[in-house]
Amino acid sequence: MSDGLTGAEVVMRALKDQGVEHIFGYPGGAVLPIYDAIFQQNAIQHVLVRHEQGAVHAAEGYARSTGKVGTVLVTSGPGATNAVTGLTDAMMDSIPIVCITGQVPTHLIGNDAFQECDTVGITRPCTKHNYLVRDPDDLARVLHEAYYVASNGRPGPVVVDIPKDVQFALAKYTGPSNVAHKTYKPRLKPDQASVRQAVDIIANAKQPILYTGGGVINSGPGASKLLREFAKMTGYPVTSTLMGLGAFPASDGQFLGMLGMHGTYEANLAMYNCDVMVCIGARFDDRITGNTELFSPNSTKIHIDIDASSINKNIQVDIPIIGDVAHVLEDMIRVWKARQPEIDAKALKSWWGQVDGWRGRKCLNYEPRKDIIMPQYAIQRLYELTKDKDTYITTEVGQHQMWAAQYFGFEDPNRWMTSGGLGTMGYGLPAALGVQVAHPDSLVIDIAGEASVQMTMQEMSSAMQYRLPIKIFILNNEYMGMVRQWQELLHGRRYSESYSAALPDFVKMADAFGCTGIRCSDPDKLDDAILEMINTDGPVLFDCLVAKDANCFPMIPSGKGHHEMILGDEPTNLDEAISEEGKVLV
Amino acid sequence: MLKKVDPMETHTLSVLVDNEPGVLARVVGLFSGRGYNIESLTVTETEQASHVSRITLVTTGTPQVIDQISAQLDRLVPVHSVVDLTVSGNGVERELALIKVAGKGDHRVESLRLAEAFRAQIVDATTESFVFELTGRTNKIDQFITLMGPLGLVEVSRTGIAAIARGPAGMVL
Ligand SMILES: Cc1ncc(C[n+]2csc(CCOP(=O)(O)OP(=O)(O)O)c2C)c(N)n1
Ligand SMILES: [Mg+2]
Repeated sequence: MSDGLTGAEVVMRALKDQGVEHIFGYPGGAVLPIYDAIFQQNAIQHVLVRHEQGAVHAAEGYARSTGKVGTVLVTSGPGATNAVTGLTDAMMDSIPIVCITGQVPTHLIGNDAFQECDTVGITRPCTKHNYLVRDPDDLARVLHEAYYVASNGRPGPVVVDIPKDVQFALAKYTGPSNVAHKTYKPRLKPDQASVRQAVDIIANAKQPILYTGGGVINSGPGASKLLREFAKMTGYPVTSTLMGLGAFPASDGQFLGMLGMHGTYEANLAMYNCDVMVCIGARFDDRITGNTELFSPNSTKIHIDIDASSINKNIQVDIPIIGDVAHVLEDMIRVWKARQPEIDAKALKSWWGQVDGWRGRKCLNYEPRKDIIMPQYAIQRLYELTKDKDTYITTEVGQHQMWAAQYFGFEDPNRWMTSGGLGTMGYGLPAALGVQVAHPDSLVIDIAGEASVQMTMQEMSSAMQYRLPIKIFILNNEYMGMVRQWQELLHGRRYSESYSAALPDFVKMADAFGCTGIRCSDPDKLDDAILEMINTDGPVLFDCLVAKDANCFPMIPSGKGHHEMILGDEPTNLDEAISEEGKVLV
Repeated sequence: MLKKVDPMETHTLSVLVDNEPGVLARVVGLFSGRGYNIESLTVTETEQASHVSRITLVTTGTPQVIDQISAQLDRLVPVHSVVDLTVSGNGVERELALIKVAGKGDHRVESLRLAEAFRAQIVDATTESFVFELTGRTNKIDQFITLMGPLGLVEVSRTGIAAIARGPAGMVL
């Protein structure tokens, strides 16, 4: 039974019916029929990357900045294995991706054929789900299912492995259906008794905190609106994980900044001292909790998560609420409005007094310098000069990423793309590519480190090919700064292999790619240089030479609690800051 | 806060899954990837028409880890439902073992006598060996095997535990 379509044509039709407009991919023998089908249509644009890891990161940037599913197409064997880092990254950060991989023809599977690898075996632990399609008539259904699974419940990457003979074969086409999935039916609406109980506890809190995460972003822009509404109703302080930045406006007086390992003094101390913690779409990850034995010892914990396996995984909570953040917040707001609870204004005032005291510590202050650009200053200027524009920020991984999180203010969701869970150096440049594809007229900046950016630098060529004017703002400290910082703190300042030796000349490199290169090392010239970058039409590589030895503070040393932060301007005996037990932690 | 001194418990989980390729690898990979224990695992298609298989798993861990295991299993896409039979407290558990014993004289007579006492069936016999089939709870089978040890035990094959809840209700798809 077929509609005269080949498997490859079914792929294109299914993608079109799923509303796909862009595919990030790279061709090869096992996907040539699909590339042939791409050639013969105009509805979907294919963006050719330079490495399959870049394709997945680009799709992640696309997905995270739009809320849509990102689509990837790669060939069998090395194409699939190159995609694994991106898939794992999307898995850890709950990013919806459908990745189509070519496979050797079915009769060769298992024979160690040329460019064969066990793609479903390799990607099983790093995908939310995966499929090997052996029957052409299953193809359409599986593809629709893949989009459903990727985007429903806790989002994640899905791989669809398609043998080459299936791409050639005549295949039945069925459109997307509304029939509920046989087994996967994530719960969206929360248990109402738990919601009422949570509202009671929240209303009676004396030292509350709202601890928000990437789940708020994943739940859609409506969830961010509801979070703002709920925060305003209660008047409680709000902190956010790295993944959640932008869900609540950074400029709002109730926002305490990011929490966790490099979080603010006020956010971490509020977490430590609170009596009621409302965790909204976050997962008590080890970057957040520090030593779990010391984590917020006296609080009643409410945990809102769409994924039941996140409950009690790291931290035992008192009231779990399983559901989609937007649904849960909507219900909590409704119950709150109906009850009009009387909150303990006096207690709250004194709590805010305490919080403001911690704020007064100004933990993000640093020693400004006239002779050299401090990396924090560079981010601050970048923020000031771009905040009134339609700006999206991606990052690589390292100190620059943490400084971006600390000093760049995010007012809205979906504006901040960073590799949180996996911490993948090389994420930011291709992610920026994907963001720019989705938002061609916006200002898209990758805040990069000189080491990270070299991991996926070749994607500048893709930026040139598609005239994607991404701006790569490199905080060049000539070190794998975060590694250097840990070696300073933990390994007796023995800087083993963390110097970025033999660095390329990034301005000449820009030239080689055919884009604009800018270098700046003078704090007084930084503003002009940044403006030049912003006003350049095409892609820019900006080599911002910054202080080489700056450290990222505050920092909760491994194995310590929130109340044991190291601050930047406090003389600390760094050699003693981390205990022997702490040293084994990452 | 997680208490470090939580006691270890052994639980039996019933998992209904769609019998699609790779589903067992997914379940086993979950256990190895997250460092959980599998003490026993059985799996067979139980409803041919709807391609549903039942996996029976015996695992050990702290109560918190066991809850995690259930939740992690439940979020696998092809999993219909997970029931912790130990928590619900009303599971029937059975295992089948084939036990080969070789010997002559008194040993042979004694093994036969014990097999009768345990209600084991003889499924193969030669002049110098028996294969016994024994069904029952795990500890009954363990005990029988221990007794056969000095009587010429050659080898054992066990199915692992199959379990089901008592009463009229079945697991929901
Ligand atoms: C793919 C990958 N390899 C190794 C690491 C470990 N790592 C974390 S940060 C870092 C250094 C990053 O250096 P750079 O990009 O220059 O950023 P900086 O910390 O100097 O701002 C390294 C090597 C990683 N996160 N990702
Ligand atoms: Mg660096």
